[in-house]
Formats: sequence, C-alpha cells, structure tokens
Amino acid sequence: MLTLNINNKAIQVDVDPETPLLWVLRDHLDLVGTKYGCGVAQCGACVVHMDGEAIRSCVTKVKRAVDKKVVTIEGLSENNDHPVQQAWTEVDVPQCGYCHSGQIMSAAVLLKENPNPTDEDIDIAMAGNICRCGTYSRIRKAIHLAAEINKSNL
Amino acid sequence: MKYTTLQKQKGKFRILAGSLSVVFILIISLSMSEGNKNTEEYINLTAVKKDSTVSKEAFRKVYSVLMHPRCMNCHPAGDIPLQGDDSHLHGMSPHRGKDGKGMYAMKCANCHQNENTPGLHAPPGNPEWHLPPADMKMVFEGRSAHELAKQLVDKSKNGNKTLKELIAHAEDTLVKAGWKPAEGLSLPPLSHAEFKEAWITWIKNGAYAPDDSE
Repeated sequence: MLTLNINNKAIQVDVDPETPLLWVLRDHLDLVGTKYGCGVAQCGACVVHMDGEAIRSCVTKVKRAVDKKVVTIEGLSENNDHPVQQAWTEVDVPQCGYCHSGQIMSAAVLLKENPNPTDEDIDIAMAGNICRCGTYSRIRKAIHLAAEINKSNL
Repeated sequence: MKYTTLQKQKGKFRILAGSLSVVFILIISLSMSEGNKNTEEYINLTAVKKDSTVSKEAFRKVYSVLMHPRCMNCHPAGDIPLQGDDSHLHGMSPHRGKDGKGMYAMKCANCHQNENTPGLHAPPGNPEWHLPPADMKMVFEGRSAHELAKQLVDKSKNGNKTLKELIAHAEDTLVKAGWKPAEGLSLPPLSHAEFKEAWITWIKNGAYAPDDSE
C-alpha cells in the first residue's frame, strides 16, 4: 500500500510500486484528464506536476511519487480558472484536444519559472509536447495571453 | 691588525650575502609554490613514475571512450545534448539551462528516471542525469585527442578538478552510467575497468597530451 499526495489529497493505493504513475492516475484513481500517448516520454500527453516539475507520468514509476506532491490537470485550479486554462479557452486552442492537458501542464511550469516568456522561451519549454493537429501557433498565442492575465491579476 | 679588520669585514659581507641568498631562494620557492599549485601537484603525482610514451598511449584508449556516443552525447559543442549511436541532436531539443539540468518543462529528470526505462527508444536513467553547466561546458564533441587531454587537466575548464579529483571521477555515477546504456544502444569500446586503468595510467604518468599527428 502506497500513500500518495494527489491534488492536495492524501490517497492510499494498493499497487505495485513499479507501476507507472499514469496507470495509477487513470486506472486506479479515475483521473483520466491525463492522457496516454507514446508510453516512452516522447510526446508529452501524460505531463503532470510532481513537486512543481512537469514530469512525464508514463515513464515515472509510482514509487518515485511517494512523499511528493502530484498535481494533475484536474487539480491545477479549483474552477478551471488557472490563467493558462483561461487563455486556452479564450484563444480556443484545441482541435481534437487529446494532447492539451499535457500542453497546459507544461505551459504552467514555464510561466511559473518565467512569467514573461519570449517566443524562443516558449519554443524551448514546449518542444516536448507534440500536437498532431498542429495547434502550435495558437498554443504560443495562448501562453502570451496567460502571461498577460497573470500580470493583470497582480 | 689591518689583516684582521679586513678579514672581519669580509666575514660580515659573506654573512650578509649568505643571508640575502637564503631570503632570495625562499622568495623564489614561495612564489613558485603559490604561483602554480597545479604544477606542484602534477610533480607530486608524477614523481614516482613519469613516462610520456606510456601516458600518451593510455590517453589514446581514454580518448576512444570519451569520444564514444555514451560519453560524448552529454558533452556536446552546443546547448542541446546528442542522442543515439549516430549522435544526432536530442529529439525535442531539450536545452542545457544554467545548471545543465534543462529548462522549464524540459528538465532532464522529467523523462530520465533514476534507472533505465525498459524498452527500445525509452530514456536511459541515472539519479544525476544532466549536462555540464552553462559556465563550464566541458565540451568533448569536435575535440582532438591533444585538445581534450589539455582541457581535462585545465582546472579552468574541467570543473576545477585537481588531478586527484580527476582520478576519483572515474568512479562517478554518471560516468559509470555510460556502461549501462538503454536498450539498443552500444557500449563504449573498453570496459569500465579497462577505461579506469587507462585513465589512471594516463594521469599518473604525467597526463601528457598526445600530438594530433602521432
């Protein structure tokens, strides 16, 4: 039995410690906002936050999450109103939407560490999140907007 | 009487000259030891055994390992690591960052776990996975054997490591990770034990840099 902190709640799960965190989130905790894409850390669909870092849950064994704080797309904000989520809605970024929980989680880490990113900063931060619909220009626009929303909230 | 006075004066002069010589030698010795601790250490380490031929020959072996993709891929000339046995630019273009551990949502440890992830094309792992930091890039890519040997013993370019620390570095966990590649990737041309032996032989015999024409 492992005790995890997921979205600020202590949760006990009876799983093999070697199980990927993504499997635990989706299959055991029904937190299905985080998606399975490639399974080998190459697409970014499975990004969640672990102690504030944008880790890829498909290759992260659940034992690594013990004693750490995990935040999924469901826990990023209380009312889906994180500045990145607001900007995503405003710009209407997704097409099929499959990759976007990962995109949003990565963008949130970028803005936390760099509140006013340039296009180059965005490219560096988001290069590991693939979108087969090719929404990259809208992703970039939304991140700039989220930075503006953050500033206006200060 | 006059002779005695002359002798006394000569004696005083000799004492003065002798004292000045001692002071002079002392100053020279101090300035040498203060001025180049690297040299002093180099001499101490190599006092027992110093053989340029053996040292250069050992470095040829060391060089074959350091330029292998398992070592060189994380010592790139640019700010993006290399990947695979053909040393192509790392997919997703992760950037070095100030501390060598990546940037923003693209930090090394976001994908690279404490151990290799099983499966072809899955990330290799190590708890210390990172590039050299931005202010000490320790580039291997593109360096000749002569250039790399010089760079490795230059404290301003090797992470401020003394020769003793360089010897100990052969046991570094990330150095040893080169011999635990992810699935489908080749091993360096020497075993770790052979590499370590060549590394120490190179350093203890004077850490000579082979001429590139040799």
